[in-house]
Amino acid sequence: MKVAILQFPGSNCDWDAEHAVQDILGIPAARVWHKSPLPSGTEAVIVPGGFSFGDYLRCGAIARFSPIMDDLKSFADQGGQVLGICNGFQILCESGLLPGALIRNDCIEFRCINQRVKVESSNDRFNPEKCGEQLSLPIAHGEGNYRLKEDALEKLESNGQVLLRYIGNPNGSINDIAGIRNEVGNVYGMMPHPERAVEPYHPSRDGLPILKAFLEPILTRSSVEISAS
Amino acid sequence: MKVSVFVSPKTTVLDPQGAAVEQAIKSLGHLSVGGVRVGKTVTFEMEGEDTPETRAQIDRLCDGLLSNPVIEDYRFEIEAG
Repeated sequence: MKVAILQFPGSNCDWDAEHAVQDILGIPAARVWHKSPLPSGTEAVIVPGGFSFGDYLRCGAIARFSPIMDDLKSFADQGGQVLGICNGFQILCESGLLPGALIRNDCIEFRCINQRVKVESSNDRFNPEKCGEQLSLPIAHGEGNYRLKEDALEKLESNGQVLLRYIGNPNGSINDIAGIRNEVGNVYGMMPHPERAVEPYHPSRDGLPILKAFLEPILTRSSVEISAS
Repeated sequence: MKVSVFVSPKTTVLDPQGAAVEQAIKSLGHLSVGGVRVGKTVTFEMEGEDTPETRAQIDRLCDGLLSNPVIEDYRFEIEAG
């Protein structure tokens, strides 16, 4: 098992994430219950979308204190690759693994649409050359309005930590931010759902370049293993 | 003793719920009302006395779980008995 997909009570994109990673990209993946330890040998972690703990108190506020989060923090501190999608992004922000917070959409509505986003030149893995300049990705959230204090926002922007920006802002997110990474570049978070855009019958397959970019270190190693054998 | 924690969005942070409620208030004709903010109240029973240690314990509970310091402020009241 290379990719661990965390399961909290109320997670509901865990199976989709597993399908995208394991069946589409061919990387061994497994769902891991939030009270279990993070399996040894884990190479990447996806914190999937859903409504962990019913979104009670605030989105991600209770999941942040789940037992597996200590392991996740150690994993991330050691440079492990972490991707939070939608509620997973909210959990990573609540836990402090990513800066900022996600509040209620400015339109108050739950937004469930295919959303165009612009890919920013963030790093060697996430950039328009690797992922495409514009993507169409599903979003489905009521609290995707990204907020960060002005000085921290300036730092985020000048460091190139913004991965994706909305084209036609659906939720009031500051600077149209749809996805970010941490300063080091091993923890990623986004409101759009790449795992819901991988099949020919999905509205787009634009989730594939995003997941490939995130899993690039594993995919590169796998191809080396295959060519060596 | 009974503890009441009041959590509110920071004044510097946009409050979409507050804005919607304000719009509703004004549509009812209460045009003198403004600055509406929507927060939440969490109440709980707690064993022990109102001491600096107890207050520090409640602060730890509020700062991270009951409120997110990035977007919210909190205050609490303690009622004896």
